[in-house]
Amino acid sequence: MNPRTSFKFRLYIAGDTENSAQAIANLTKLCSTRLADRHEIEIVDVFKEPKRALADGIFLTPTLIILAPSPLRRIVGTLGQTKTVLQTLGLGTMAA
Amino acid sequence: MRLKENIMKSVRPSHGGVPGKAPTGILGFDEITGGGLPRGRTTLLAGGPGSGKTIFALQFLAYGARECKEPGIFIAFEEAPKRLVTNFETFGWKLAALQKHKLFFLDARPTPDLVQSGTFDLSGMLAALGAKAKEIGARRIVFDAMDIVLALLPDAAARRREIYRLHEWLLASELTALITAKATAEEEGSLGQQPFGFMQFMVDCAVVLNHRVDQGVSQRNLRVQKYRGSNFDENESPFVIGKFGFDVAVARMLGRVDAKVTDERVTSGVKRLDTMLGGGYYRGASVLITGFPGTAKTTLSGAFAEGACKRGERTMFIGFDSDGTEVMRNLTSVGIRLAPYSKNGLLRMISARTITGSAETLLVRIKSLAQEHKARCLVIDPVSTLSQAGNELTAHGVAERLIDWCKADGITLVCTSLLDEMSGKVDGGTPLQVSTLADTWIHLNYLVQAGERNRGLSIIKSRGTAHSNQVRELILSDSGVTLADIYTAGGEVLMGTLRWERESAERVASEVADVAGKLKRVSLDAEEAVLQVRAKSLQTELVAKKVEKTLLARTTESRVRELSRGHSRMRELRGADAAVPRRKKAL
Repeated sequence: MNPRTSFKFRLYIAGDTENSAQAIANLTKLCSTRLADRHEIEIVDVFKEPKRALADGIFLTPTLIILAPSPLRRIVGTLGQTKTVLQTLGLGTMAA
Repeated sequence: MRLKENIMKSVRPSHGGVPGKAPTGILGFDEITGGGLPRGRTTLLAGGPGSGKTIFALQFLAYGARECKEPGIFIAFEEAPKRLVTNFETFGWKLAALQKHKLFFLDARPTPDLVQSGTFDLSGMLAALGAKAKEIGARRIVFDAMDIVLALLPDAAARRREIYRLHEWLLASELTALITAKATAEEEGSLGQQPFGFMQFMVDCAVVLNHRVDQGVSQRNLRVQKYRGSNFDENESPFVIGKFGFDVAVARMLGRVDAKVTDERVTSGVKRLDTMLGGGYYRGASVLITGFPGTAKTTLSGAFAEGACKRGERTMFIGFDSDGTEVMRNLTSVGIRLAPYSKNGLLRMISARTITGSAETLLVRIKSLAQEHKARCLVIDPVSTLSQAGNELTAHGVAERLIDWCKADGITLVCTSLLDEMSGKVDGGTPLQVSTLADTWIHLNYLVQAGERNRGLSIIKSRGTAHSNQVRELILSDSGVTLADIYTAGGEVLMGTLRWERESAERVASEVADVAGKLKRVSLDAEEAVLQVRAKSLQTELVAKKVEKTLLARTTESRVRELSRGHSRMRELRGADAAVPRRKKAL
């Protein structure tokens, strides 16, 4: 994968629960270590914007939507298992 | 479409329903639970695949949205909402139209490429649902195939936590909720073992659906397992998925209002049978005609159908043995003409020769057909079809409900039942035991005598009507069906030719006696005439004698007078005197 590809994320969280906090922490950590300067994160709280959650079909929180690069992918959970996340992002080989 | 609505209307409870209960509009279910699901609370609906969970759930929502002004949300974890709407359109629930304002489908199927990483929960969905519920003013909600989403959760603790979260949310939202979940056959009995066993304790009402196959016949049952704060029918109730959706069969519940009873009589179609029954069948009665094959059961029921049509009553004839047209043709040969009524729509002939299926299914079909036709008189020929293979267990219950339903709707039911000649159950009752339920039981049998089979008819029972205890001979001719008195002689019952012979011999004998009597009278008349003549001549003679006698007396007198006058004259002439002493001498 082109190391210059820029990543665009939308992270749905549910208020300030532990899962939400963990997901935010895990995502920001991953971005700063692996995707420094080439990522964009939007955090949406389903309690504040339920209609957006509905429109995006978010039923489990937290859910990370990878908007770019295509194709569109989703990861549910706190993103604790870094390896799975990296594989989904196509960064698995680089980590190896 | 209009018809469907009418049927829906006829079974619809009042809008508000019972306080604290949300009517489901499912025939029978609202009755079992005394009004529907617990309002503002949660119900668990468990059952195996294809047991009808989704239909139940969707019917509950559609009914609420359409009839109770209670908009609803359907969360589909398993099936695509679009497909659901298309699939269920055939039930006539108008899902597509309701979808605009009153019914919201949420496609919550986990995408196949869903990647999991770390723990997650249902807050997102609940938040989204909360917003949607507020938007459309939802009062009802269905989570279809909850097990799918629970399976995504890593462990029992997580599942329990999410169920708890859902429960809390539902309590707060005050929605009437229905959660469906799969249960496999072995587990149906013990929901506690399920991964969602915890849910079982959490909910206020639990309903179990099961579906089993007995000798190739599908049998569906529904059971309310628990219902907090309400009484309910605890037994398994058979149900079918019919033309308009779910239809749960309920036996009569205690305390239900009795059917209206009338004294009105309807004709049996055979004049002399009416006389035997003291005026005919009661309206709304259930009549059972039993007999061996070929004893004219169908003919007798056909006569009843014709009688009903002649009165202008809508009638339905369900024949399991032969086609409707065949039945009509055959009945024409005995002077029963049904074809004109079938043509003008008064009579509906249903041939159900090859229909198989559970007794329940048949009952539901019969019911919906009869309701469609608005039948007042119903003939089922033969009702013993209900107990065909695979239905032995349920058939009796079905027959009971058939009769119960007919009574409740005021339908006069005539059903025939085959008695197996070999089984020797002639006096023991029908295999279905309908005989105990029927109001009037007419039995037809054969009497084989002198190389002839003749049909005999007797009324075994007839509740509330005086009825003849006589066996009559049933005679079929091209001018119709009649009953003849049988001839008893020397303790022997004679029918057919023997009866005819005996009758004609009697006729001849009486003629002979008649003639002899006449003859005797004529001869007596003659004798009388002779005597009368003689009497007259004697009388004339008598008169003559009397005249002669008077004449004689008169001549004697005049002679005496002449004589005495002659004497005195002689004396005068002789001038004699003292004639007296002489005269004394002479005397």
